[in-house]
Amino acid sequence: MAYVAIADRDHEQELHDPTTFITKYIWSQDHKVIAIQYSITAMFVGLVALGLSAMMRLQLGFPDSFSFITPTDYYQFITMHGMIMVIFLLTALFLGGFGNYLIPLMIGSRDMVFPYMNMMSYWVYLVSVIVLLASFFVPGGATGAGWTLYPPQAILPGTPGSELGILLMLVALALFIVAFTMGGLNYVTTILQARTRGMTLMRMPLSLWGIFMATILGLLAFPALFVSAVMMTLDKVAGTSFFMPAILSMGETMDHEGGSPILFQHLFWFFGHPEVYIVALPAFGLVSDLLSTHARKAIFGYRMMVWAILAIGGLSFIVWAHHMYVSGMNPYFGFFFATTTLIIAVPTAIKVYNWVLTLWQGNIRMTVPMLFAIGFIFTFTHGGLTGIFLGNVVVDLPLSDTYFVVAHFHMVMGVSPILVVFGSIYHWYPKITGKMFNQTLGKLHFWITFLGTYAIYLPMHYLGFLGVPRRYYAMGDTEFMPESAFTLNQGITISALIVGAAQFIFLYNIIVSLKKGKDAGSNPWEATTLEWQTPDTPPKHGNWGPELPVVHRWAYDYSVPGCRDDFIPQNMAPDDVPMAADSVSQSPDVGTHGSEGETDGPDGEPVA
Amino acid sequence: MTITLVLLGIIMATVIGWLLRQTLNTEPWDALDPAENQPGRGVITAPPSKIGLMTFIAVVTSLFALFLSAYMMRMQLGDWRPLPEPDLLWLNTAVLVLASFAFQMTRRAVTRGQLQTVKTGLIAGGVCTALFLIGQLVAWQQLGATGYFITGNPANAFFYLLTALHGLHLLGGMWVWGRTTTRVLKGADVESVRLSVELCTVYWHYLLLVWIGLFGLLLST
Repeated sequence: MAYVAIADRDHEQELHDPTTFITKYIWSQDHKVIAIQYSITAMFVGLVALGLSAMMRLQLGFPDSFSFITPTDYYQFITMHGMIMVIFLLTALFLGGFGNYLIPLMIGSRDMVFPYMNMMSYWVYLVSVIVLLASFFVPGGATGAGWTLYPPQAILPGTPGSELGILLMLVALALFIVAFTMGGLNYVTTILQARTRGMTLMRMPLSLWGIFMATILGLLAFPALFVSAVMMTLDKVAGTSFFMPAILSMGETMDHEGGSPILFQHLFWFFGHPEVYIVALPAFGLVSDLLSTHARKAIFGYRMMVWAILAIGGLSFIVWAHHMYVSGMNPYFGFFFATTTLIIAVPTAIKVYNWVLTLWQGNIRMTVPMLFAIGFIFTFTHGGLTGIFLGNVVVDLPLSDTYFVVAHFHMVMGVSPILVVFGSIYHWYPKITGKMFNQTLGKLHFWITFLGTYAIYLPMHYLGFLGVPRRYYAMGDTEFMPESAFTLNQGITISALIVGAAQFIFLYNIIVSLKKGKDAGSNPWEATTLEWQTPDTPPKHGNWGPELPVVHRWAYDYSVPGCRDDFIPQNMAPDDVPMAADSVSQSPDVGTHGSEGETDGPDGEPVA
Repeated sequence: MTITLVLLGIIMATVIGWLLRQTLNTEPWDALDPAENQPGRGVITAPPSKIGLMTFIAVVTSLFALFLSAYMMRMQLGDWRPLPEPDLLWLNTAVLVLASFAFQMTRRAVTRGQLQTVKTGLIAGGVCTALFLIGQLVAWQQLGATGYFITGNPANAFFYLLTALHGLHLLGGMWVWGRTTTRVLKGADVESVRLSVELCTVYWHYLLLVWIGLFGLLLST
């Protein structure tokens, strides 16, 4: 037999059926429970980081008004905000949350292939989050070295939290990497090994391609952060000189000599740049599925999308030094990295074109997930274009230490992935909980967030062109900054606070809808992918009934001409597809896959 | 970063090359074509834990490659004073080769169903590995006794760091070895430990290779 799905092998994976409350909801090995645990923890630290950004904005918009925000606090807020958002929120939420939830369901498997390791992954992640947050409460407070933790200043006296704070940060990162590696081994192996019968790699939804490639990048790139964390810990604790040059600190000679801070930067950014794509690729994948589903149209250029993901994954390892133009480097070196950086824009642009072309002549349903997905196209294009500016050495040098960079990376890897996170949570919420969220609140949340984003970050580009430096606690009296820059900063702060507050609409919506939401049915969006075809909603332990689904088609059979419905589930055999001509003569319950009892589309429009 | 780029380049080329082979010449939108006829099935017949181990080995390769890159970059700075490697390391290397050899023997015995040889092989492999680890600790002590402390010079620091890291990976392997050996000694049949033995053998060979690479680098610099 040429094709042996794991389900058909002699030893079908054994499931550890939970028996007690604790094994069901706490020490659970069920990928869905672990996914929810990951997501809740990540959203919790995300809220902490959101609070930190609000404090930073208060200080920037209204300097001298808030005596409780000292320069020390400000640097700690910057550092923790950045690290939490990039690693402990986005990476954990996309891979630990969506990866865990969607991989087994989308490939038609009962669980991850190593459920125990999956559970350990979450608990180590939780410990890393606790260690990270604990650093706020130790003597000296959290580290204030900036999220890049550059030595030597990160471990020198005078930097906030240079004693315990930085150590806890490094330990938290090391733990996170251990947790991620355990999870990542699972995601890769599960996608390679546990796909159900008929689910070829090229029939996988793009969400999985994005998550798969991001996991591979993470597995290979996180060791660089691990290496730098270990070496910096030794520099701090054991007095080695990996990164620490001979240095005078507070008038005294330190024990270190000869170390290379640039070495740290290479290691850090060798992780740091792939990290951008670890966050972006799952977002690319998820948004492709949202667009296709809600535009009722096959994704444009599926194969090209897959190849673009592969190309971005490969290229992301040879662009890291574009973060180090200002550190000084051989011009040929800079030329090389500027070239690779601009080349990576090609597959990325292919993806953007394909998203737009997917919408072209689609039967677009302006649902809440769709709004977020379209919003993502705007913010991502916007952030990507400023990236082309900054990828060039000569443009980067004057702009690098200004708010232009802050605006760029927040648009491209802050706002854009977060919009996809929201869109995806709204999209899969009915499957995860069985309830439908409140559409009006969802739309309100979208419009405040999306417009607010522009109110915050567009002016920041302008501030950057003015030369307003980033990382400063207060600007003081400077001649080059006109009065309007200060007014703009106030406006940005007010927008940021409004957007921050709007996120509570989202939390309120998803919490209250748990109780009060209408039953969503098993396939409210009339989607084709396997997770919408489960026998139970929310899916029970083991996901599928006695039989695993068999896949007959790719994930994008929307609006197929001649068919009665405008979607054909992946597990529907060609002979079972209800044709338009049959619909008169046959009873309406012929299409037994998923859409029973669905007479209305999500927004009340009749189903075609 | 050359070492890292070369090794990661090989890994990424393998992964992307394999994925590309699965994706070329497919027409995923054609539902009438059953999956069995399509390329891109991406079928791997190996058991999941083997794929898991190979992925883990890729991660560890990335880790060591990055350390080696850091080593090479740090080495070029002025204050680097190479340390004399204790001769004991040669003996340790020989012991680790023996351990790998013992695992290879066990693996062959497992496929032939020779329970007694499996037992002997596993114990011999474990003992050799333990000896190697003890030997490494003694080497540390010898270095310390002659005044080569971790803070003395980055060369010393890298030596301690790399050997420790390699030792920790072996210790992780010893945990799996311990579980497998216990099962065999408690009378589990050969077939049930076959996969564990195979995985241990691959992992030990890999760590031997890493050690030889590290040792070669330490000797040559």
